[in-house]
Amino acid sequence: MSTSPDTLPESWRKPPFIANPVLRYALYIGALVYVVFTLATLPIDWARVSDGLSRAQRIFSGAFPPSFDRAGLLFDGFMESLKIAILATVGGIILSVPLAFMAAGNIAPKPIYLLGRAIIIVARSFHPVIVAIIFVKAVGFGPFAGALTLVVYSVGFVAKLLAERIEEIDFGQVEAMRSAGAGFLTTQVYAVVPQVMPRLVGLGIYQLDSNLRASAVVGIVGAGGIGATLANAFGRYDYDFALAITMVIVGVILVSEAVSGVIRKRIT
Amino acid sequence: MLKITNLTKRYGAGDPVLKELNLTVEGEQLTSVIGSSGAGKSTLLRCINRLVEPTSGSVVLNGTEFTTLSRRELRTARRRIGMVFQGFNLIDRLTVMENVQAGRLGYISTWAALSRRYPKDDIRRAFELMERVGIAHYADKRADELSGGERQRVGVVRALMQRPEILLADEPTASLDPKTSEQIMSLLRDLANELNLPVIINIHNVTEAKEFSDRIVGMRYGRIIFDDKPDALTRDEMDQIYAGVPSQDRAEAGAAA
Repeated sequence: MSTSPDTLPESWRKPPFIANPVLRYALYIGALVYVVFTLATLPIDWARVSDGLSRAQRIFSGAFPPSFDRAGLLFDGFMESLKIAILATVGGIILSVPLAFMAAGNIAPKPIYLLGRAIIIVARSFHPVIVAIIFVKAVGFGPFAGALTLVVYSVGFVAKLLAERIEEIDFGQVEAMRSAGAGFLTTQVYAVVPQVMPRLVGLGIYQLDSNLRASAVVGIVGAGGIGATLANAFGRYDYDFALAITMVIVGVILVSEAVSGVIRKRIT
Repeated sequence: MLKITNLTKRYGAGDPVLKELNLTVEGEQLTSVIGSSGAGKSTLLRCINRLVEPTSGSVVLNGTEFTTLSRRELRTARRRIGMVFQGFNLIDRLTVMENVQAGRLGYISTWAALSRRYPKDDIRRAFELMERVGIAHYADKRADELSGGERQRVGVVRALMQRPEILLADEPTASLDPKTSEQIMSLLRDLANELNLPVIINIHNVTEAKEFSDRIVGMRYGRIIFDDKPDALTRDEMDQIYAGVPSQDRAEAGAAA
């Protein structure tokens, strides 16, 4: 059957995201109503908001100009953060690699796969601050708690993404190694590792970056590093010193981001 | 000699992909397996070295029954079967030498493999074979820097490094341009003669199959329906091999069983 040219349609519209019009409008209206309802019922006290504004202004005016009088303290805090970040990244990657192989569905047998995934899910399910609180309780204040926290944080991130990369590999190379009679470990090292190596290096660099940032946060709950220094400065109303610390953190993050970007671009 | 008897492969509960298939390959002949996509050519090759686990039947290579080997025995036995792939399956980020030595992974210790301390004999043999196929000067290059034809040469050398008793090639030329494809085919034929090696090639290009092989096997939906010298492959025979609707044909084969 053919259609004559003058009966061909001239207009075309992209099919809607949700095909059923009733469901579509119900969802749109429902979402809108919920947002209005939320705003109407949340206890937002506008008086406190304006109070907060003036308090924020006091903090900022106290913060200017930033004070670098205690640069030594700042430097020590930062070095500690850096140590925490490096230690956590190395430890995290050492744990992540075997875990990622366990959690890759195309490599690991089912029970091991489930175990691997379960460990990753547990490591990912809590924010580092909560993990830090637990570790501070367990091993006491200080950088060790921070390092342990960030190891858990790194495992959750690196192992998950690496496992996903392993699941995406070209399986033909594994087949080739198997057909040559290679053993399990040799097959992994020859056929899988080279394929996932760029991702692993990229993840490692990103994680170092990310751990440096996170170490500032977990420090606030007592896990050492620059975060502890920052929390102390706030506690003593030394807003000018706090601003100096914040500026240095931002500066260091920018530099590390630039460096890691360049490195990741170079590896293919 | 490779002797396949009553080989059946069924994926899940569906109709079998290979149906009570019998095939014997001996001497240094080059056998081409032709047939449309879905005829079971790839499955057949992979059942021989058990990259795909056969459902039933027997595969015997020079006296060794492959289908009943334990995992450990299978590893050792696989060294005796070289395999060349359509997508080359080289490890792109490793050097040509590492790729070639990968063919020895079934022989050397894990430590030697990981530390790249390959035995002297293996290195000499690698250079010998690479020289033979014209890629020796690429030994230190990364595999992904090579062209398609060169990559497949690496694939062939890797398989030969195993000192195999038989060579299986799964559409070795399907990713190559016509000229390179012919070069690889004649290389496989020459190597089969030089090394007294039987070769089984899955191939889509019937003209090449006729030109280069000593024997042609035509498969249609899990059965061998043609098995003779290339000259005997007539127009009619070709139509037989490539005719039919896959699903329909398989259903009939299933019903016949």
